Amino acid sequence: MELVIFFIRAVVAVIGAVAMLMSRNAIHSALFLLLNFSAIAVLYLLLRAPFLFAVQLIVYAGAIIVLFLFVVMLLGAERAEDERDQIAWQRPLAAVLGVVLLGEAIYVFFVQPGTVVRAPTAGAEDFASPDKISAALFSTYLLPFEITSVLLLAALVGVVVLHLRAPQAQANGSEPLSELPTIAPEPTVPGEVVRH
Amino acid sequence: MVPTLYYIVLSAVLFTAGVLGVLIRRNALIVFMSVELMLNSANLALVAFAQARQNLNGQILVFFVITVAAAEVAVGLALLVAIFHTKRTTDIDEISTLKG
Repeated sequence: MELVIFFIRAVVAVIGAVAMLMSRNAIHSALFLLLNFSAIAVLYLLLRAPFLFAVQLIVYAGAIIVLFLFVVMLLGAERAEDERDQIAWQRPLAAVLGVVLLGEAIYVFFVQPGTVVRAPTAGAEDFASPDKISAALFSTYLLPFEITSVLLLAALVGVVVLHLRAPQAQANGSEPLSELPTIAPEPTVPGEVVRH
Repeated sequence: MVPTLYYIVLSAVLFTAGVLGVLIRRNALIVFMSVELMLNSANLALVAFAQARQNLNGQILVFFVITVAAAEVAVGLALLVAIFHTKRTTDIDEISTLKG
């Protein structure tokens, strides 16, 4: 039964990934990526990782995909890229390199499987229940957890600084820094949406 | 019980798809999505190994990877929007100012 679910979800995940590569429209790409993420979330559930299942759905499927969709619609970047290529041999070479990479991985996993992958040990069903994860996170991994908050704060500040500077650099590059809060990025946003 | 090998092979396939996306596509947004795909395939392999060894540390690492990926996406998309404001394109072939 688990094997059936695994194969269905694996096929859905691969279809999502390949369709994301192939679709010409960036919005379709983002939605196929959402399909891929949700398939992987179900695989986490099969792997007895309910906490990561929830985190995958909330952070990836919820936050990151919405962010992608928002930016795609904001920039009007959903139109197809033109076919001409500045480096003509890049795509064939990329295909060859991709096949080589996949073949290498398959070789390592199938020809010498014992060196890489052990058989799964049948252990406790709830070895990764949310309370055990939180116990590890707030004891052994307390310092990385706190550093994560600093990282998120840095990202937040970085995003705000980038978005304050971008319209101002376009208008006048020599504006003093103290004038920044008066230049709101909002006026450019409706224009962008209307233009496309 | 699904063998760990199946998860690892699926992870390798997804990672290859992500690599191909980075190499083939010209739209910076889709290149970014491909990077996310690669991070996800690595996460899948980590969770599969964690389950095979009944070890919690792999899942904790996946939690941190997801956190860093969220921060990375926020900053990267802000950079893309800033580039779009000056260059009016998301085509990575057009953004070649550093080429000299």
